[in-house]
Amino acid sequence: MSKDNQILEEFTSKEYEHGWSVDMEVDEAPPGLNEEIIKWISAKKEEPQWLLDWRLKAFKTWSEMTEPEWANVTYPKIDLQALRYYSAPKKSKKPKSLDEIDPELLQIYERLGISLNEQKKLQGIAVDAVLDSVSVGTTFKDTLSKLGIIFCSFSEAVKEHPDLVKQYLGSVVPMTDNYYAALNSAVFSDGSFCYIPAGVRCPMELSTYFRINAANTGQFERTLIVAEDSSYVSYLEGCTAPQRDENQLHAAVVEIYAAKNAEVKYSTVQNWFPGDKNGKGGIYNFVTKRGICAGDNSKISWTQVETGSAVTWKYPSCILKGDNSVGEFYSVAVTNNYQQADTGTKMIHIGKNTKSRIVSKGISAGKSQNSYRGQVQVMKRATNARNFSQCDSLLMGDKCGAHTFPYIDIQNSSAKVEHEATTSKIGEDQLFYCNQRGISTEDAVALIVNGYAKEVLNQLPMEFAVEAQKLLALTLEGSVG
Amino acid sequence: MLSIKNLHASIEGTPILRGINLEVKPGEVHAIMGPNGSGKSTLASVLAGREEYEVTDGSVDFLGKDLLDLAPEDRAREGVFLAFQYPVEIPGVSSTNFLRTAVNQVREYRGLEPLDAVKFLSEMKEKMKLVEIDQKLLSRALNEGFSGGEKKRNEIFQMAMLEPKLSILDETDSGLDIDALRVVSNGVNKLKSNENATIVVTHYQRLLDYIVPDYVHVLYKGRIVKSGTKELALELEEKGYDWIKEEVDAAV
Ligand SMILES: Nc1ncnc2c1ncn2[C@@H]1O[C@H](COP(=O)(O)OP(=O)(O)OP(=O)(O)O)[C@@H](O)[C@H]1O
Ligand SMILES: [Mg+2]
Repeated sequence: MSKDNQILEEFTSKEYEHGWSVDMEVDEAPPGLNEEIIKWISAKKEEPQWLLDWRLKAFKTWSEMTEPEWANVTYPKIDLQALRYYSAPKKSKKPKSLDEIDPELLQIYERLGISLNEQKKLQGIAVDAVLDSVSVGTTFKDTLSKLGIIFCSFSEAVKEHPDLVKQYLGSVVPMTDNYYAALNSAVFSDGSFCYIPAGVRCPMELSTYFRINAANTGQFERTLIVAEDSSYVSYLEGCTAPQRDENQLHAAVVEIYAAKNAEVKYSTVQNWFPGDKNGKGGIYNFVTKRGICAGDNSKISWTQVETGSAVTWKYPSCILKGDNSVGEFYSVAVTNNYQQADTGTKMIHIGKNTKSRIVSKGISAGKSQNSYRGQVQVMKRATNARNFSQCDSLLMGDKCGAHTFPYIDIQNSSAKVEHEATTSKIGEDQLFYCNQRGISTEDAVALIVNGYAKEVLNQLPMEFAVEAQKLLALTLEGSVG
Repeated sequence: MLSIKNLHASIEGTPILRGINLEVKPGEVHAIMGPNGSGKSTLASVLAGREEYEVTDGSVDFLGKDLLDLAPEDRAREGVFLAFQYPVEIPGVSSTNFLRTAVNQVREYRGLEPLDAVKFLSEMKEKMKLVEIDQKLLSRALNEGFSGGEKKRNEIFQMAMLEPKLSILDETDSGLDIDALRVVSNGVNKLKSNENATIVVTHYQRLLDYIVPDYVHVLYKGRIVKSGTKELALELEEKGYDWIKEEVDAAV
């Protein structure tokens, strides 16, 4: 047995740090999925008729669909009838300000290292936090609303800005898009809504934190970001979940709409519970994220650091409709133990002179499987489309797998598409070199991995880059030596 | 400070070191020469703690501690430094970041406060002068795309930063141009004191004009078969290794 293997045998995975849950009084739907449940959720949320109709239509669509099986992941079938589709911390009414938020809730977020109050004061980042199904508070609302920026929970947007929601909901990810998107459309609970008016540059990072707390609950958030002409926003999403033996389902939908000259940066640091080191428990993360560069010269950039979840199925994509529009996808996906990730992106070039850039860095350790799946499509009228893809895989040990599935479909001969791929191993030589300079193996792994992922981490806002670096190190702690 | 007794080591069952004895005292410079494949780098690796090598017999005492009992990083923290014959590349990690991690982990082991960014950078500036290394090189990823000579120079720069007690330079001279050889040797000489010791592994007597050894040893087939002073190196330069090989092989 080579040393690489031997050290990996000694693999002890660090326990998931956020693996606690809090007993709270909750208001929840009975388990099961049918029209009655959907009506129940809609009524609970005091939704208008049009939205209920939309949900029911989605449910009907979903009922006729079958679960996709093309992804390079295997997991036992989820019994969707055994799940609950709504769970909310019980309270008499919605909080009007942060001071009214249940202190127990705030405590949860503090344990996560995101105190809403602290964030608010110190970092100047607006945060909307979603616990199980409801949004619990949005900081900085006033500052933002002076600029005409709307940043609130999705439910609130339905009440306060129904026309905007009606106009854009499902416009980028139609309910018929795929199995999980249809499911989400039928039962989505809450999420965030963000609207940047024309000409406004959002002065702070907007941030959502998702956390699953209750058992046997699916979490189905819906995020909608609309950036009007010449506006700019940078949006960050972070996630955690308690450690439970059973698997929990998370099926979110994120839609981004960028008008002329608008730019949207969407960053995710995903740290859902990955399951224990024997592969028990963990989140199933089946997410549909898509943005449309609808206007000329618009730009959408996805950055993701994926370290959690037992199974991840996720392809943040860009539809480059406007001429000269730009789509970017920067991803670091780490899998350890028995995690499985099938992630990547789609870049659909429709407009002229559209450009896309894909940088994917996979890191696999333990017995995990890590797949990159990417599609670059250049339509007939997309003259001078450009794509550059770089897909790297880093392996730690020889029990894990890295796979690359690039699909390229070009219908315009002026297109230039480049694809580069590399696979490397954390070399024993590199580790020994670090050790010889007095650096522990643990820190050596962190250094090497962060170096490898640098191009992606550099895309993140400063304070989150630091967090992401720590997370990478933590996820791989004990993976060698 | 270093006492190697009857050291045997093998790799994948093949014996490479077959009874090395060596005493190194503070302030001394020892040169180790010998034909290709004789075990010089192996000796350096075994001292540094590379785990592929299995020590089958013998002992190594370093400043009163059983060196073979320590993890590689602890050997480094105790003051053993190896300038690699083939330094590795670590993409995306700047030399500065790498060294800061190293220096602070060594300091922590020795019970010292970590250096803050300002102190660290001024320390770096000072040591950069010593080996005349370009700032630009250090802001790049560690050794990535460095020329052979640049890698070697960077090794000595790291040595300057880590202030080891025992430095083992494995063919640091190979790949250096004539000017670089002088600069790097000067750097090594300036770092020399009565408290530290240096082992230089080399094929060329020329290096020993700059870094003057107190002793020269010839390694052959995993043993030190001849020891002498600087004159031995000159003799080797003139006559090659055949006469030593013949002597040894005849005795077997
Ligand atoms: N994995 C291995 N399996 C078998 N033999 C090995 C292995 N690794 C090294 N060796 C052998 O060990 C011997 C000593 O190698 P070493 O690198 O120590 O030589 P050296 O004296 O440093 O040579 P050079 O002057 O060329 O640098 C060589 O014959 C080499 O082929
Ligand atoms: Mg050698």
